[in-house]
Amino acid sequence: MLEQQLFNALSLGCVYALFALGFTLVFGVLGVVNLSQGAVFMVGAYAALTAVTRLGFPLWAAIAFAFAFAGVVGMLIDRLVLKPLRARNAPHLIPMIATIGLAIAINSLAQGLFGAENQRFPTEVLPQDSMQIAGVSVTVLELGIILVSFVLMTVLMLTLKKTQLGRALRAIAESPKAARLLGINVDGLFLLTSFVAAGLGGISGVLIGLYSNALFPLMGQPMLHKGIAVIILGGMGDIRGAMLAGLFLGFAEVLSVAYIGSDMRDAVAFGLLFLVLLVRPKGLFGSVQERKV
Amino acid sequence: METRPVNSQQRFARISAIALAAAVSFGAAQAAPIKIGVAEALSGGAAQYGISIRNGFQMAADEINAAGGVNGNKIELVVEDEQGKKDEAINAFKKLIFQDKTLMLFGPTLSNSAAAADPIAQAAKVVVFGTSNTADGITTIGDHVFRNSVTEADVLPVTIKVASRIANIKKVAVMYGNDDVFTKSGYDAFKKALDDQKMPVTTTETFAKGDVDFKAQLTKIKATNPDAIVLSALIAEGAPIMVQARQLGLNVPFIGGNGMNSVKVFDLAKGASDGLWVGSPWSIENRTPANNSFIIAYTKKYSTPPDQFAAQAYDAMHIATEAMKKIKLSGDLAKDREALQAALPNVKWDGATGPFAFRRVTDKAGKPAGYDANQQAIVSTTRGKNYEIEK
Repeated sequence: MLEQQLFNALSLGCVYALFALGFTLVFGVLGVVNLSQGAVFMVGAYAALTAVTRLGFPLWAAIAFAFAFAGVVGMLIDRLVLKPLRARNAPHLIPMIATIGLAIAINSLAQGLFGAENQRFPTEVLPQDSMQIAGVSVTVLELGIILVSFVLMTVLMLTLKKTQLGRALRAIAESPKAARLLGINVDGLFLLTSFVAAGLGGISGVLIGLYSNALFPLMGQPMLHKGIAVIILGGMGDIRGAMLAGLFLGFAEVLSVAYIGSDMRDAVAFGLLFLVLLVRPKGLFGSVQERKV
Repeated sequence: METRPVNSQQRFARISAIALAAAVSFGAAQAAPIKIGVAEALSGGAAQYGISIRNGFQMAADEINAAGGVNGNKIELVVEDEQGKKDEAINAFKKLIFQDKTLMLFGPTLSNSAAAADPIAQAAKVVVFGTSNTADGITTIGDHVFRNSVTEADVLPVTIKVASRIANIKKVAVMYGNDDVFTKSGYDAFKKALDDQKMPVTTTETFAKGDVDFKAQLTKIKATNPDAIVLSALIAEGAPIMVQARQLGLNVPFIGGNGMNSVKVFDLAKGASDGLWVGSPWSIENRTPANNSFIIAYTKKYSTPPDQFAAQAYDAMHIATEAMKKIKLSGDLAKDREALQAALPNVKWDGATGPFAFRRVTDKAGKPAGYDANQQAIVSTTRGKNYEIEK
């Protein structure tokens, strides 16, 4: 039972981490808490569903489609909403409120287009069977989620640390004005970051939608709440921190169900989170003064 | 679209249509439409129930009107979206009662909203008729509160009894959503029924709305080795719970509450939907003539099979119509509303959900209050792509 619970915790933690990666990337570079990330997550899931059921795409192509579609939505959000606010030097809270409004609008649009009821991917897309590995039941999808979240984290971290692009992004994170003076195409990179972050949100929407078997227009909301907790715990804008904090929340939830009781789950998990923040108010890896990618 | 140029032929058609409508309404000046208020959740999280309910009302009203209406008067539905929220339900009720001056109200969708909004109707002395409120105590609000939704407290003991007899269940694990009035009240009813029937409970686990992973709870349940899992959940969480249980090799039957009684389970838990026991006043497999014609007409009209919520709304409209046929509308709204309240309790109806009558309930002080449904539950279990009736 313990092995199974540890595996449950790992896969749940990766579900949270997967969502948090794109979320924290936007904050790291743009300095915006983008609360439409939950809606973008849902858009990705429905884009893949449409690609599979209406256009007959295989799953891998549907995931790529979801990445691109959600990415474009993210770019539009940046161009149409965040950029005008940046241009007017709007204070921090304004883009946050604007993205809440966007999220509501996108959710309502999805409800109008797809209906309020739950939908799911056809079973043919992905086998539901589980296999036994050393007495632990494991599904292909759980392995996929774990793998994808670790790979994405590694790729993002390497890109930010080792490449010219990453250096430019970190420069923007320090100061967009100084970066512009250095000849960095700040607007282009804001757009690129929005595309990638929203695309990652879209992919996590597909994977989590496949995992939970339930797509509905408000599916991003509960995930958004957990995601906010995760990126705060990880240190706002920190990729490695988001991954670790996602795992932390997953383990805290599963182990509190296993050993304390499921009605105490959120109290224990978020109590622990609170305690960590008391000791490390900047989160596991974050630094509040200087924004960090 | 409205500004496109209209050719003369179309214009002529429009003018004659208007003239015709004017003539008809003039000729039938005596037969004013009867306004019926409908406040249901047409958007938000409960919309999948609210839309079914609205469809059920609309179909019944269309049928009644096509057959000549209520003593010659057509029924006119005034539909408000209460979004599944308490404050919106209160607003919708106020609008329908005081502004639209409807004869009576149907709704709201959720028990939560009913507990908040029904007192408004009671105070205004207007009949409020719930078709989907199954939580305890809704009808104790007062004598103008009616419902034809069979409460969980009536259904669940029958479900457990039949399931445990047929599937030989000796001990159960319980799982429920603890942040939702509906699933929590279902849990309370389950708990009482399990206590009454002296059924041992191995463990009780909870989850929250929007959870996607239930394996921690299910792994724990599996370790306690129950014969069945009693589940009070909405289908959004219930279906993934069934799928994930099977993935963990937990192959015992599920005994579900009202929220699990939906044909959606065959889609959302495809491949893992067998062995779910539910009790309900309505079943798509219960092919009585009245139910059969309802199912066929609904499927044709909305290109989706009906669910329990549509069936109960459909019957409720017919039940209310029976009462309206018995009273003579005076045109004095307050008097007509009271006459309807007096006539409604005596209606008996045999519709899509089977033989139906009202049963008076008493409030906490023992005083007679509103009216619950007096109806027999049907227990069925899922096999393949169908609910099979077991009783």
